[in-house]
Amino acid sequence: MVEPLLQTRGISKSFGALKASSDVSLDLRPGEIHALIGPNGAGKSTLIKQIAGNMKPDSGTVHFLGQDVTALDTVARARLGLGRTFQISALAMEFTVLQNAVLGALGARGDVMRFFRPVMKDSALVERAREALERVGLQDHAATRTAELSHGQRRQLEVAVALTLKPRAFLMDEPMAGLGAGGSKRLTGFLDGLRAQAPILLVEHDMDAVFALADRISVLVYGQIIATGTAAEIRTNPEVRRAYLGEEDAA
Amino acid sequence: MTRETYINAALTFLLVLVPFWAWSTGQAYILTLCTKVAILALAGVGLNIALGLGGLVSFGHAAFFGIGGYAMGILASHAQVFDPIAEWPILIEGTKSMPVIWLVAMVSSALAALLIGVLSLRTSGVYFIMITLAFGQMLYYFTIGWPAYGGEDGLSIYVRNSFPGLNTLVPVQFLILSYVVLGLALWFSARLARSSFGLALTAARQNADRVETVGIAPFRLRLVAFVISGAITGLAGAMFADLNRFISPTMFSWHTSGEIMIFVILGGVGRLYGPVVGAALYILLEHLLGGVSDYWQIFLGLLLLAVVLFARGGLIGTLAGREVAHG
Repeated sequence: MVEPLLQTRGISKSFGALKASSDVSLDLRPGEIHALIGPNGAGKSTLIKQIAGNMKPDSGTVHFLGQDVTALDTVARARLGLGRTFQISALAMEFTVLQNAVLGALGARGDVMRFFRPVMKDSALVERAREALERVGLQDHAATRTAELSHGQRRQLEVAVALTLKPRAFLMDEPMAGLGAGGSKRLTGFLDGLRAQAPILLVEHDMDAVFALADRISVLVYGQIIATGTAAEIRTNPEVRRAYLGEEDAA
Repeated sequence: MTRETYINAALTFLLVLVPFWAWSTGQAYILTLCTKVAILALAGVGLNIALGLGGLVSFGHAAFFGIGGYAMGILASHAQVFDPIAEWPILIEGTKSMPVIWLVAMVSSALAALLIGVLSLRTSGVYFIMITLAFGQMLYYFTIGWPAYGGEDGLSIYVRNSFPGLNTLVPVQFLILSYVVLGLALWFSARLARSSFGLALTAARQNADRVETVGIAPFRLRLVAFVISGAITGLAGAMFADLNRFISPTMFSWHTSGEIMIFVILGGVGRLYGPVVGAALYILLEHLLGGVSDYWQIFLGLLLLAVVLFARGGLIGTLAGREVAHG
């Protein structure tokens, strides 16, 4: 079996009486898209935060690239090569699109403590940034102020910034959220090609996208993973149908 | 060239024109006012790095202004009575040399900023404002209770300190010196804003998550910004003390922090020339309205209110429009 790139081993996290994560074990293997789905309040965001390093699990460990990263913070995990996108776009809104991408490239290069040279004239950084923008199709908007981007374009930029980091694994929190059908389809196509570069742990509500993309799907309900399997397995899993898909059918 | 660049050029021209006119018509008082504007603007340029670029609302920059002032006061007061500051373990003598005083002022205020920054930058928002304010006030009360350097009464230095090759007692020479220092600080802060560090720092102000996610720790950026900011404001403190040939605990008081912040807000937070315009406007109002009423600061308050309510980019922002992303 291939060694997983990213792995959680028995992660638990409680807030008072609420068990947001209970004994969650999840792995991400090279070349795959692993989707994490679950109804609202299932604890997806809490889990993502523990994987990204914003939150420490009460027990259990997180491993990345064969290393126990449980004690490391977000910054350290990002430096190791965890490329994350946020559910609500986390971008520097006053910056141009290109500046946001350059920031990513700068973070990847790691020499931020330079005080004199104009960063936007650093051709290596700008090149890397433009390359990433081109891959997500934002090259024509490089000079646009990020605040003026449409919602969908912001999502694209989030992905572009993650790309500049040349990450070893992607952690994407609802990249399709708020996209129209067209935008969602385009991004689906893009993520499909991205898995060859680095595997993606994808939290997503858009079921069409999930079933189209995911090599494996894990279903999280009340902080617990109730099933992990291929799209077909998950579709036919009675427990999943009852706990999750059934609810949606009823609604 | 953006509109802001033209405005800055026009302001530079005006800032040179006024003292030139004053000098050619022999109005030494105006020269001193212009020097005061330059030095206070320098303090604002310092704060603007923390506040404008880093979004760090420091209400304690008087601490650095005061430390700079007291660095000058302590060094010069010992030098004027030929009494060494310390004889053991090594002999430390006072000095009347501006470059040495400036260096001491900058290093000591940078160290203070490092210490205050490490402690206060773990908080944000109102807590950060309050902690920085508390540090400033702590030093204020400390100097009040420090009789060696005048305590509450402050301390006079009889002769202005010297700068190699200049006669600093001639108003126009001290003015030029202040202008050059301000110019260098503006140049430095413009470079800083466009550097790698500046990009990351301004990004951290807008969205700290973003910066962390690309593997950069916002705390380090902010700490470095705070130290640079403190050092520049400290230098301004030393020069301000030299301008007045006087230091007192007032330099440390929260009024001073507030004034420095007012310069930045009036002129435009995060704008290169914001503190310059703010300081000039402040001194102009003080000069014009101060003659009309002792309560001239009421008008200042109204102006500040108007700027905050209707002109969020300050004067520069109103004139130049939204900041153009430099690329």
